[in-house]
Amino acid sequence: MSAAWIAVLVVGAATIAIKAAGPVLAGERELPVGASRVLGLLAPALLAALVATQAFASEESLVLDERGAGLAVAAVAVLMRAPLLVVVVVAAATAAGLRALT
Amino acid sequence: MRFVPESKPIPSDTRKPERREPATGYRAGVRAVLPLVPAVLAFGASFGVLAQAAGMGAAASLAMSATTFAGSAQFAVVSVLGAGGTAAAAIVAAVLLNARYGPMALAAADVFRGGPLRRVLEAQLLVDESWALSNRDGRFDRQVMLGAGALLYVGWNAGTAIGVLAGDSLADPATLGLDAAFPALFLALLAPLLGTRTAVAAALLGAGIALALTPVTPAGVPVIAATAACLVGLARPRTLPAAARAGAADGRAGDDRRRTSARPRDARPGEASS
Repeated sequence: MSAAWIAVLVVGAATIAIKAAGPVLAGERELPVGASRVLGLLAPALLAALVATQAFASEESLVLDERGAGLAVAAVAVLMRAPLLVVVVVAAATAAGLRALT
Repeated sequence: MRFVPESKPIPSDTRKPERREPATGYRAGVRAVLPLVPAVLAFGASFGVLAQAAGMGAAASLAMSATTFAGSAQFAVVSVLGAGGTAAAAIVAAVLLNARYGPMALAAADVFRGGPLRRVLEAQLLVDESWALSNRDGRFDRQVMLGAGALLYVGWNAGTAIGVLAGDSLADPATLGLDAAFPALFLALLAPLLGTRTAVAAALLGAGIALALTPVTPAGVPVIAATAACLVGLARPRTLPAAARAGAADGRAGDDRRRTSARPRDARPGEASS
């Protein structure tokens, strides 16, 4: 079995289980505040790490390329409260434009 | 996404309360998520294109959208595999990314009804967008959650199919700047989460860990290690004078949206009506 299929099947099964665990097992009980505080920070920590690696990592080195320029423009769009679609389109257009010029 | 669930309390004594009442019903959920459909289709398509470019194959790409149904985790798998990472690294990164759905589903647990199998299936419609859209000040609207989730599911899978079909006819996704769309997408998803200092600290620490480890570890590991940043949630002073303890506890509870309405000082959006 290819690495892709292993990843697809395991991630799919795990995600289904993660989403279903609370509703099936815990019913109406509330999460302890401490646990929800730590788990609630998973999303910002992981998304920030993905922003950093996908903009500045190439293989196993750090680079500053068109993706970084796209991210900078996207950050301006986010600060201006632009819709998600606009944020990603301006980032892609910036990178594509810079690549077309060079 | 942009709709941070800063749900406004329904004014009880002002004019026309029925116009301020958040919409309910399956169709309301579908309507609420309609503006997102182009983006969902586009990103489903770009997942399909990039999964093909990473060598995942058409069937595996379609199967992943049907079962995982979570953009950031799926893109993480593609990026780890595409960068030459192992299946294990991709799985760990994706599962950790989706771990947030555990507490989110728990918070909305009473939305899902019926026997275990039905609950398992209904809970799959919980994603960031349907969760945020159906949030009613800490409680969740069942029909909005399921209506919004169903349209997102259809859009995401249709988009993936389009991307898989178009993938062969498209050139290198980098020519279109699609690789730059990823960090922008994650930034746009991250921004609404940065409502507290603790969340900002977790985000900065997570990015710092990931960048520091990139040159010295295999692909995938920096993102996994960055999850340690969520432990900043524990790094709060625990020994306080008894008088300050109650206030500090409420301040911390501000990290958890469900509890922000408990105290007027924290319930900024509601101060007009309180």
